[in-house]
Amino acid sequence: MARTTTVVVGAGHCGLAMSRCLADRAIDHVVLERGEVADAWRTQRWDSLRLLTPNWMTRLPGFAYRGDDPDGYMTAPQVARLITGYAAGSGAPVLTGTTVTAVRPRSDGYAVLTDRGAWHARTVVVATGACAAATLPQPAQDLPDGITAVSTAVYRNPAALPDGGVLVVGASASGIQIAQELHRSGRPVTLAVGEHVRMPRTYRGRDILWWMDASGLLDERYDQVPDLVRARHLPSMQLVGTPERATLDLNALTALGVRVVGRLAGFRDGTALFSGSLPNVCTLADLKLGRLLDGIDAWADRAGIGGDHPPQRFPATAVPASVPLSIDLRAQGIASVVWATGHRPELSWLHVPVFDRKGRVVHDGGVTAAPGLYLIGLPFLRRRKSSLIDGAAADAAELAAHLAAHLDTRAGRAPLDRRFDVDRRAG
Amino acid sequence: MTTTATPVDNGVNVEALLGVRDLLPDSPEMARFQWRSTTSWVNGTHSRSDVETFHGFSEEQRHHATFNFDVDHPLQFAAQDKGITPVEYVLVALGGCLTAGIAAVAQQRSIQLRSVEATVTAEMDLHGILGADPEVRNGFSGVAVRYVIDADATRDEVEALVAQSQKRSAVYDILTNPTSVTVEVA
Repeated sequence: MARTTTVVVGAGHCGLAMSRCLADRAIDHVVLERGEVADAWRTQRWDSLRLLTPNWMTRLPGFAYRGDDPDGYMTAPQVARLITGYAAGSGAPVLTGTTVTAVRPRSDGYAVLTDRGAWHARTVVVATGACAAATLPQPAQDLPDGITAVSTAVYRNPAALPDGGVLVVGASASGIQIAQELHRSGRPVTLAVGEHVRMPRTYRGRDILWWMDASGLLDERYDQVPDLVRARHLPSMQLVGTPERATLDLNALTALGVRVVGRLAGFRDGTALFSGSLPNVCTLADLKLGRLLDGIDAWADRAGIGGDHPPQRFPATAVPASVPLSIDLRAQGIASVVWATGHRPELSWLHVPVFDRKGRVVHDGGVTAAPGLYLIGLPFLRRRKSSLIDGAAADAAELAAHLAAHLDTRAGRAPLDRRFDVDRRAG
Repeated sequence: MTTTATPVDNGVNVEALLGVRDLLPDSPEMARFQWRSTTSWVNGTHSRSDVETFHGFSEEQRHHATFNFDVDHPLQFAAQDKGITPVEYVLVALGGCLTAGIAAVAQQRSIQLRSVEATVTAEMDLHGILGADPEVRNGFSGVAVRYVIDADATRDEVEALVAQSQKRSAVYDILTNPTSVTVEVA
């Protein structure tokens, strides 16, 4: 069994950011990667996808974007190239083509089993990502026969779907982007909309993420938000990265001709049933956007920024007077469903008792109750930007500091513990 | 001159509700509730429903009294009008649920309410229940709730209260989403 101080599982941007921070602290480690570096960016992204964050926000420990298009948005292959270059530039000790099959607690650390040999590590950092598996909603198991279904992890482009109409389920970033692309390919698109986070691409002349970054909103910490459960379960922002910096919200999709309906509630006898809650989820999103812009305007006033561009407010989401509550898929020529209903980590190989009753890892800002076991790259792990590439640097730095302190404590405490044992026996 | 902020009091014990939420991760079974009512036919379209017990917080529970509800149809339906119609109880339930939610959310957000008035209306086409047109559903074709709220808050804050109340309302969910219903004869 090979030995190392830290095994980092996953060589995406989070695992590599962690590797860089560990190297800075001279902590001996290895990064195990089942595929290539930045594998998900090579294998699990649809063709037209671009980052939601502008290029200048592509910052990692010891790395900042220095290209000639700071306001542009990278394609998935560009992200993969960037991360691969970062790994090489950092000299990250990555073992590619190495799938971790099990992690188990051992004395003084963990046994990490892989398809290419076993490791003993005193600490483990899980960096396999928040999006390792698609989350399908409850109705997915009742999908009528003869309807093709794909998740956003599998979807590549409109040509891969059968002819006919498409029901896109979910109106976060991926759902709205795919709905638009499918509509443009000439297919009638119905978009099922639950709770969503409405967002303009630009505000007062700048990228909305510039405002969120500059005003400190993205730095908001997990131990300071009033309702962390809610913050961690917020759907992704309705954003798309295009050269035109266009806003893609429900009003834009409706104007294109996409039919917007309520949240998918179920299927019955080949008929899709939709919730009557569409007006309220739209109102919730409009009000939430209003509060965001109020906060940005207040910050801009204090900071003396944005004088050339006065505050803007956007029209309320227009919900048609009559929205269908049920659609007979076959009768209306809908041949496929795209599940754009979110993702979850895939951690069935982690045999450490750190899961709650719903199979989610319990952690405090990425620090689990199992000493020396850490997670990185989950939504709102330590701050609002934790799910963005730009969030990895701060999270990795803090987790590396915690990990280093854990190693120090372990090293220092062993003799102390023995002395206490002796004392207890004497008593 | 100094001013002392008056504590917001809408009569909702939010701490108790949040306390329950904090207990749930360790004992999720506490959250499993069963609501019950019994209904006895009296005569004609008149029946009486009693509500007394429920199950929740891991044990049998009881209201402080047995509540009775007469259900009937109005004179215009050639009935005796001994009580409101079943569909009107649905409106009562929705208005009560949303209004309770508004009070709770306002308390949580430190918004003092002075008055909250809801008007609940529902549209229905009798062709459905009379079996006169198979294309018309029995139930409501639409439900509308109109709130008039006087509170120490901006219009946006009041709208957010009402929106959040819908988001967390059981009856709103029951009305807007399909629910499995089984009816059997003992």
